[in-house]
Amino acid sequence: MSDWRKRVAVVAMALFVIFAGLSFIVICFIVRLCIVIRSGSKCKPGEKGPICVLVVAGSGGHTTEILRLMESLSLSYSPRHYVIADTDKMSEDKIRTFERSKKNTGSEGQSVHAVYLTICLPQFTLQRIPRSREVRQSWSSSVVSTLNALLYAVPLVFRLSPDMVLCNGPGTCVPLCAAGLLLGLVGLKKVLIVYVESICRVESLSLSGKILYRLSDYFFVQWSSLKDKYPKSIYLGRIV
Amino acid sequence: MKTVFVTVGTTSFDELIERITTPEAVQALKGRGCQQLVLQVGRGSILPESDSCYELGINAFRFKDSIAEDIKCADLVISHAGAGSCLETLGAGKPLLVVVNDKLMDNHQLELANRLYKDSHLLYCTPSTLVETLKTMDFSVLSPFLPGQPKHFADFLDRALGIQ
Repeated sequence: MSDWRKRVAVVAMALFVIFAGLSFIVICFIVRLCIVIRSGSKCKPGEKGPICVLVVAGSGGHTTEILRLMESLSLSYSPRHYVIADTDKMSEDKIRTFERSKKNTGSEGQSVHAVYLTICLPQFTLQRIPRSREVRQSWSSSVVSTLNALLYAVPLVFRLSPDMVLCNGPGTCVPLCAAGLLLGLVGLKKVLIVYVESICRVESLSLSGKILYRLSDYFFVQWSSLKDKYPKSIYLGRIV
Repeated sequence: MKTVFVTVGTTSFDELIERITTPEAVQALKGRGCQQLVLQVGRGSILPESDSCYELGINAFRFKDSIAEDIKCADLVISHAGAGSCLETLGAGKPLLVVVNDKLMDNHQLELANRLYKDSHLLYCTPSTLVETLKTMDFSVLSPFLPGQPKHFADFLDRALGIQ
């Protein structure tokens, strides 16, 4: 009898230790995540030099919107790495056309430093990853394909090591932002996550927006009705 | 309104194409001074022939790389509620009548068209009220749609990231 009791005690003890260990790891992870996310407002990569940007372009409308934003950014945001889903030919054409026009509107009124940047640094690159979620794809298969996209996103983000990720809601942006967070979690580099919710969203956030609302450093919405519902967001009127 | 451009984007919206080419709708368009009707029908099953109507010139096609030129040449754009079509038309400063596909439920794209209607940037109807709307619509009540300001975004980000 006592032998049986002893065994139960040992098993219980072991379970407790495992449980405590796991809890400890989870708590450490959450604390670390909070620290990384909180550090966003103090992170000012622009003080050190040009900002390396990872731009997540989606399909169609998303790409048009994000290029409107990119148009307004100065050459201090260089180089620019555009990530597109591997099935998306249209976005590639749009990006190439846009970058060509950006190059042409050069030098005037720019510092010598900026001109130097245009000439000497690689301006932009195109990166492809598998599409994480097709429109109207079911939830469960979205999870699988998002995990698959994550396998590509992590090495890509670690290799490019951007200062910031800019995205506006295509499914592809979730694994890329997660990879950016991971870079911060392991202490290699704080990657700022800048999320701009699409202008199409007036009353509710997109799925990507809901996921990234708490994880992003700067979360922009374009309608005051969304700002009311999501107070942490930044509302500057329509910006595309 | 010499030229009227109808666009359904990448979707199909047969009911709109069907309604806009009925004799009643054609009469209403003519009453507005329309001479040319350009139809972008997308994946729809109806592609009207150019000689299908002797009262109006009809030019129908499925897709183009860019419909910017068609919007530019039009005096009125009649569009589905798609965000891209709405924004492109308003951005070009053209009067816009949105026809909502009431058979599509829970379409989040409606959110934007709805808001733009509330802010009186466009007129709004359904296929069944299209003819009536074509007769009675008054674009003078609409207020102009000002372009978004990406510069505000750039300025904010420059400050936040410490760019001088």
